[in-house]
Amino acid sequence: MLEVQNLSMRFGGLLAVDQVSLDVQEHEIVSIIGPNGAGKTTVFNCMSGFYKPTGGKILFEGREIQGTPDYRISRLGMVRTFQHVRLFNSMTVVENLLVAQHRHLNTNLISGLLRTPNYRAQEQKSLDRAWYWLKRVGLLELANVDAGNLAYGQQRRLEIARCMVTEPKLLMLDEPAAGLNPSETRDLNQLIVSLKEDYNVSVVLIEHDMSLVMDISDRINVINQGRPLASGTPDEIRNNDDVIKAYLGEA
Amino acid sequence: MQDLLYFFQQLINGLTIGSTYALIAIGYTMVYGIIGMINFAHGEIYMIGAYTALIAITGLAALGIAWLPVILIVALVCAMIVSSSMGWAVERVAYRPVRGRHRLIPLISAIGMSIFLQNYVHLAQGSRNIGFPALIEGGFRFGSADSFQTSISYMQITIFITTLVCMTLLSLFISRSRIGRACRAVSQDLGMANLLGIDTNRIISATFIIGAALAAVAGLLLGMYYGSIDPLFGFIAGLKAFTAAVLGGIGSIPGAMLGGLILGVAESMTSGYLSGEYKDVVSFGLLILILLFKPTGLLGKPEVEKI
Repeated sequence: MLEVQNLSMRFGGLLAVDQVSLDVQEHEIVSIIGPNGAGKTTVFNCMSGFYKPTGGKILFEGREIQGTPDYRISRLGMVRTFQHVRLFNSMTVVENLLVAQHRHLNTNLISGLLRTPNYRAQEQKSLDRAWYWLKRVGLLELANVDAGNLAYGQQRRLEIARCMVTEPKLLMLDEPAAGLNPSETRDLNQLIVSLKEDYNVSVVLIEHDMSLVMDISDRINVINQGRPLASGTPDEIRNNDDVIKAYLGEA
Repeated sequence: MQDLLYFFQQLINGLTIGSTYALIAIGYTMVYGIIGMINFAHGEIYMIGAYTALIAITGLAALGIAWLPVILIVALVCAMIVSSSMGWAVERVAYRPVRGRHRLIPLISAIGMSIFLQNYVHLAQGSRNIGFPALIEGGFRFGSADSFQTSISYMQITIFITTLVCMTLLSLFISRSRIGRACRAVSQDLGMANLLGIDTNRIISATFIIGAALAAVAGLLLGMYYGSIDPLFGFIAGLKAFTAAVLGGIGSIPGAMLGGLILGVAESMTSGYLSGEYKDVVSFGLLILILLFKPTGLLGKPEVEKI
């Protein structure tokens, strides 16, 4: 469903991403790994419309989307998270989920003021969806707490729930396990697999936690210094000499 | 006894002026909260609201309509519509094309907009002040001691009630409605709101429109209260409302309300006990003190830089 062809991104004299290609099929978890500064997040930023790539193509369901503004890309069904949690901190947990469904509601100001049946039905629907996801990520009791007051692991889960209420086809997670303890990472692991299995969402993952990556990825792309280094199944990557060299240095 | 009554009179006058400052200040604070910019044309939008109301009142008088509620409602609606369109246009012309550039650029284009609107009204309506009919006359007197009487006019009561209604509606709108929810989201993280598919351009337009509509209400009220308007009418009021917004904590709507009231009371106390000429000295002095000792304002939250 997503295809990145020979993507390049140049910032002045720095070629941050050089000829990176990758693809994501439906019902698949694909990871992007690589040492710090390899250009993983830059690839993500190009895919999600933050940057306009200087070369190459990005195709989502057959449409070229490189350089499309970010809000349009999210409307196509590609949603992302960031390395740093970016919730609406002074809104409550449930409000965070409601506001994410803003564009799904076909209501206008007038119907909101008059509280027409249609408006109420739509509000109810988005509330139901919000409750469902709160239950799913185990934040139901915290629904009316300000998002900024949640523990870090809870914020991470809320962020994923907020992506999911928009009913995406492709979820892009930038280091979702960063800062989580091992048990939280295990929960996250299960959650991501269930997104794929139960909700038929494809996932692109940037992650440093190798146990997570090896566990859940269907395929892995390794990037080093902006260039593609290897790609394949977790087993192939684990035994790839180039990858081992890039990570551990040469003996 | 007389001292106390005198104090009450100043308090009433101060709260009257203060609540209209608060109405205007909301426009500054909402726009700042969303895009982090001061809308320097906001005072002019308020002035245009007052002019539109006056034109509507004159027009109705020419048509021979004399029933007060009709006059007030028509004037209010006309003023709100014209001012809202102005607010919308200011954003489209002076802000949107230069959004994302260096902060000074929209600041300068907004000042340009303000100068343009002021001079346009100078040309179209003349630069002399025009009398504004006092449609609501009379008042209560209560408590008198010796030679002093405390009074509250119906006009002042109208100002209180209208302001209270506007504030309540706005608070409900922001906390309950979908667009209000989206406004809060955009003000916290515009980029993220965009990513979640919220049409941030529409939300930004909405804040300019709401702020302008409230300024128009203030324009009609203060026009009637003062009894005359001129094209520079918006300049000082704009500065005062801006001060009120900063005083209360720019970006915070309750802050703008509180800031407006405090500023109004401070001014009328100064006029009452010191001298009317010290009024502006005190209000801008307050601004300087707040900026020195609590730069985020009374209800503003300090910005936490995450590392």
